[in-house]
Amino acid sequence: MAGGEHLEKDDVKVAGKEKRVMSSEVVDSNPYSRLMALKRMGIVDNYERIRDFSVAIVGVGGVGSVAAEMLTRCGIGRLLLYDYDTVELANMNRLFFQPHQAGMTKTDAAVQTLSGINPDVILESYTQNITTVEGFDKFMGSLTRNIKGESLNGKSGVDLVLSCVDNYEARMVVNQACNELGQTWMESGVSEDAVSGHIQLLIPGETACFACAPPLVVASGIDEKTLKREGVCAASLPTTMGIVAGLLVQNTLKYLLGFGVVSKYLGYSALKDFFPTMEMKPNPQCTNNSCLQRQREYEATKPARDAAAKAEAKRLAAEEAEAASVSLHEENEWNICLLDDEEPKDVRERIPDIPSSSGNLPQGLFRELPDSEVLDKSVISSESFVDPEGDLEDLQRQLEALNAL
Amino acid sequence: MDGWDASTKSTVTKIPLLTTRAGPRDGAEWTKRLKEEYQALIKYMEMNKANDNDWFRISSGPDGTKWKGKCWYVHNLLKYEFDLQFDIPVTYPATAPEIELPELDGKTAKMYRGGKICLTIHFKPLWAKNCPRFGVAHALCLGLAPWLAAEVPHLVDTGMIVHKDNVTATKADA
Ligand SMILES: [Zn+2]
Repeated sequence: MAGGEHLEKDDVKVAGKEKRVMSSEVVDSNPYSRLMALKRMGIVDNYERIRDFSVAIVGVGGVGSVAAEMLTRCGIGRLLLYDYDTVELANMNRLFFQPHQAGMTKTDAAVQTLSGINPDVILESYTQNITTVEGFDKFMGSLTRNIKGESLNGKSGVDLVLSCVDNYEARMVVNQACNELGQTWMESGVSEDAVSGHIQLLIPGETACFACAPPLVVASGIDEKTLKREGVCAASLPTTMGIVAGLLVQNTLKYLLGFGVVSKYLGYSALKDFFPTMEMKPNPQCTNNSCLQRQREYEATKPARDAAAKAEAKRLAAEEAEAASVSLHEENEWNICLLDDEEPKDVRERIPDIPSSSGNLPQGLFRELPDSEVLDKSVISSESFVDPEGDLEDLQRQLEALNAL
Repeated sequence: MDGWDASTKSTVTKIPLLTTRAGPRDGAEWTKRLKEEYQALIKYMEMNKANDNDWFRISSGPDGTKWKGKCWYVHNLLKYEFDLQFDIPVTYPATAPEIELPELDGKTAKMYRGGKICLTIHFKPLWAKNCPRFGVAHALCLGLAPWLAAEVPHLVDTGMIVHKDNVTATKADA
């Protein structure tokens, strides 16, 4: 993969050459030795599996570009990159892009840099908006192709979608696509005042979808009323974006490679160095029909899940009993507390289970938007609704007549 | 309803509300919604003309997903006119259309790149509260009209836009 090559729109860059062997040999020339050490140390069972995974990154801005670089350096199998924007000098307060890339599309500039860093990664670049009807169709089409570019007839061909966009509208579109595909995804966000952020895991049917409840954001600790917004849309810091990208990719690696606890929601308040966590169940009254469909499917698998959980509990109990009998025979003469005392399952138990739309959110979290109201009388005094009758062409003619006046 | 002037508030309450929760991928339901959109827009435009406050032209393609038109604002008796366009997003009406004024792209901080106008922090919460009752007409009234009123004078004063000499407006056609 030659760096510096300018790609056409929607070009799909597939690595034609054989990938390098992912060796665990510790030599200066092996780019994977420090990653493969994770396996030797027992953190990850099978690090090489990273090459089997395809991750779609929607939004290649301050968070998405850094996430893409991290995954590239980790040796991810395939990255699908989506953005319609170009690199601007105004982006230089963030990481990743360089001044000489100004004017290039973000996707092309990213492919240029990433293919230079790790030529083993298959990079697909989609320079497009996903929120329009056509854009959404193309987005769905790309997500339903496998690593060889073959269409999977509407089934997802990626392992995870990362939303790294900067607006509610695009997040809702990613949510729509992932609900339709039953595709697990992770949401990320940095506040417009640049001093808070969050990541969230969304499993259609199992966790709340992005439309189940108004989006949850971390309070910055600044009074909204004193925040000055005159003459600006948003602020940004490379630190906050880098931290959120790091949290996002860490959660991605844990999810894909199966180690540690995968966070359902993790917030970050920069001013207070505060990291709230929580979980959200899906809303049975969600306005998104695909979400409801996925909820029904998930409900149908409950007996099987219960049986599996029971078997797992039994296995763990047996393991613990065995460990206890072993430790009885061991002298702990140095009185050292073993790391094994902190099993991940304990962490999981401490996370409170909070219903989706309720008001009792953990401290430091709040809803960014209100729920839709049956009728907001304080805003709407008139009860007037449109007349549901009428012919579309006739209405179009009426509007054209007014346009011509 | 903080964040809007009294006349905008009174105008928006007179635009008819919509009832169908449907987006452009919803087939027959979308056609129903589209009819509602047209009715609300027709009423809003008639109202503007009657109040001597005609300020936009708008039309869509047959499927109602792409909208184009013109909008204008009168500042110091001069009329400043701009092309206007937006797509109906696939997640509409849960998310509002993002209105674009491509000619002003890069000329003001109150705009995202690509020419999408940057709305006040009050817009999205109000839209969310009133989903699915608000439509394109409400977005123009609560989003674009106040944006033009705030940004055009600023753009003119800072020399970012210059009036086309041959287009002069009198109060009558304002
Ligand atoms: Zn939902």
